[in-house]
Amino acid sequence: MKRLVVVDVNKCVGCQLCMLACSRRFGVVGHNKSAIWVRSAGGFERGFTLVVCRACRDPPCARACPTEALKVRDGGGVILSPSKCTGCGFCRDACDIGAVMWDYEVDKPVICTHCGFCVGYCPHGVLSLEEVV
Amino acid sequence: MDWFKSLSNVLYVDLTRKTFWVESREELFNKWLGGIGVATQLYKEEVPKDADPLSPNNSVIFAVGPLTGVYPLASKTIAVFKSPLNNYFSESHAGGRSALAIRFAGYGAIVIRGASDRPVYLVIEDGKVRFREASVLWGMRSTETVGRILREVTAGPGHRTIMRIGRAGERLVRYASVVTETYRHFGRLGLGAVFGAKKLKAVVVVGRKGFKIPDIPTYRSVYDEIHNLAVKSPAMKKYHDLGTAANVLALNTIKALPTRNFTSGDFEYAEEISGEKLAEAILARRVACAGCPTACVHIAALREPYVEEPYFYKIKFISYDHEPLYALGSNLGIGSREGFLKLLDSVEEEGLDAISTGVILAWTTEAFINGIISEKELLTKISWGDYESYIKIVRNIVTQPNEFYKYMALGVEEVAKRYGGLEYAMAFNKVEPAGYHTGPLFVISLMVGSRHSHLDAGAYSMDQELLAAKKQLPTPQEAIEKIVEEESWRQVLTSIAVCLFARGIYKPELVVKCFKPLMKEVSVEELRKLGREIWVEKQMIKYSEGFNPLEIRVPERVLKTPTPHGLIDEDYVKEALRYFNLIITLSHKLRG
Repeated sequence: MKRLVVVDVNKCVGCQLCMLACSRRFGVVGHNKSAIWVRSAGGFERGFTLVVCRACRDPPCARACPTEALKVRDGGGVILSPSKCTGCGFCRDACDIGAVMWDYEVDKPVICTHCGFCVGYCPHGVLSLEEVV
Repeated sequence: MDWFKSLSNVLYVDLTRKTFWVESREELFNKWLGGIGVATQLYKEEVPKDADPLSPNNSVIFAVGPLTGVYPLASKTIAVFKSPLNNYFSESHAGGRSALAIRFAGYGAIVIRGASDRPVYLVIEDGKVRFREASVLWGMRSTETVGRILREVTAGPGHRTIMRIGRAGERLVRYASVVTETYRHFGRLGLGAVFGAKKLKAVVVVGRKGFKIPDIPTYRSVYDEIHNLAVKSPAMKKYHDLGTAANVLALNTIKALPTRNFTSGDFEYAEEISGEKLAEAILARRVACAGCPTACVHIAALREPYVEEPYFYKIKFISYDHEPLYALGSNLGIGSREGFLKLLDSVEEEGLDAISTGVILAWTTEAFINGIISEKELLTKISWGDYESYIKIVRNIVTQPNEFYKYMALGVEEVAKRYGGLEYAMAFNKVEPAGYHTGPLFVISLMVGSRHSHLDAGAYSMDQELLAAKKQLPTPQEAIEKIVEEESWRQVLTSIAVCLFARGIYKPELVVKCFKPLMKEVSVEELRKLGREIWVEKQMIKYSEGFNPLEIRVPERVLKTPTPHGLIDEDYVKEALRYFNLIITLSHKLRG
């Protein structure tokens, strides 16, 4: 199994092409379907913070889900079953790094599947898809 | 939501009545695409031809385009307003996160009308506009602090833009800018003063929505094509590696780098403030506008010791570009990198346009040396290269402690009309020029360009291309045709709202292709026709506002300092202006 890794956050220029790529998987232009989040670390003058799912082995988000909508994935991370999800938001609150994003249009979480689509659009070597060891 | 429906939403904000509403303007976006095309039409509806730019009758229009967020390098917001610097229709473009935030908030344009009775800032989020109290922020010394506070008291990090003014805008300095995301600016023509007159300290826009593209597979393939072009293009690599600062040495080599108020094109310390030297010595980080892989924004780290305490330092991050390097560097005889950065930092803190400020400081230096003004007016001494005194003058331009500084706040044309030295007051249509002394085409384009900006037609490149190809100058008529043709195509690029740095990528055929996945049919001919039509629209507005190309003052200085093409011939320039006047008079007659 592979997972998305931030190789060097200092190389990030804040272009957000990764965020746009993530939503583009669904033919959507926007950030609302994105499971990756780039924001400034307190203004552009301080550089950037990248938030990505760490593919936890024992994910707190899955433990917090009251409807079993989040299932633990082999090798870490979770898989979302949207039909079971009630949009309660407990998973989002359970993730301390804020890697459970939110789709405000359908009011449900956006979960990283570690597909690596975003990696192909990072021109600055910030992201990589690596084998879980 | 459908891409076109969400693009066609125009958000109207009335600051006087503190109300807002949304109108669907599909007919406008259908015909004029977006960006400058749509903003020009909105301006026609909004701003009466005799409106005072600093009155509630002026409106501020922000517009994005059909490609905003959809493709790489489409990161620009077009601001249109009546300029308090020269009283004409004008526009200023900026990137940062402004364009994507506006588009993803669900709008194609935002119109801000009226004026507030007390300082406010707007928060545009989730379909609502909140009018928030800004009295506490008003008068704050640094635009950076204002940004820091607004980041903490508003939502949506990563999804928002924070456009704000500094004290310069509040105090109506006619060349005050609007700063966005710390390092990007609606720099030229005084949008900051228009905000200030409206008691509008900042506009925060949070964009959380998205929209669907009809033909997804085609969309992905066109996207990839542009992405690959962008990351492999040598031009974009140049913007990434050294940024626009690469121009400093390039221009100096051909003796076209304006130095000491355009008295020379050759700066002996050009090497010190060159893009190469800055990148080696002081570059700390590059940042990008949202949706652009290039990252052309270059940020220097300035480490300054505190004099009163040993081993105690502050580090400031200051972004530099060619234009500030010319305006606040070579044009003031400043060869110290640190001196330049400190001066630029003070300009940024106050929220002033770096180009206009630099040109005014250059005039001031010459006027002081010539004895036209003394320490009595200036409240300090000044000589070329003295950046510490320049910083004092910058503060005084904002606080305006005497009559002289009240004129300084009006621009170089006004202060020189009052005190003298008009022959070396560098302004075209009252707009201080950008940093190129390349030849006659550039000078002509500054006079006839619809916003009197170096980006109207990029004619500094035309001068340099002629030089490189060892070609003769075109006839004045050909020069005008060339400038107008280029400017007309740029109306298309700024209507779809891509960055002009990407003009080499967004060629006409590619632009046509970009519309395919959006299920909108356009042809190259239609686009070119539209570009020309937008150009005519803009000229007609300016014409009705009293613009007359035959009355434009040509500063003597620009004719007396040799360019790489030799001395500029005044008759050549005048002939070009006569031909230009013929074109717009004819257009006006054809329109009735």
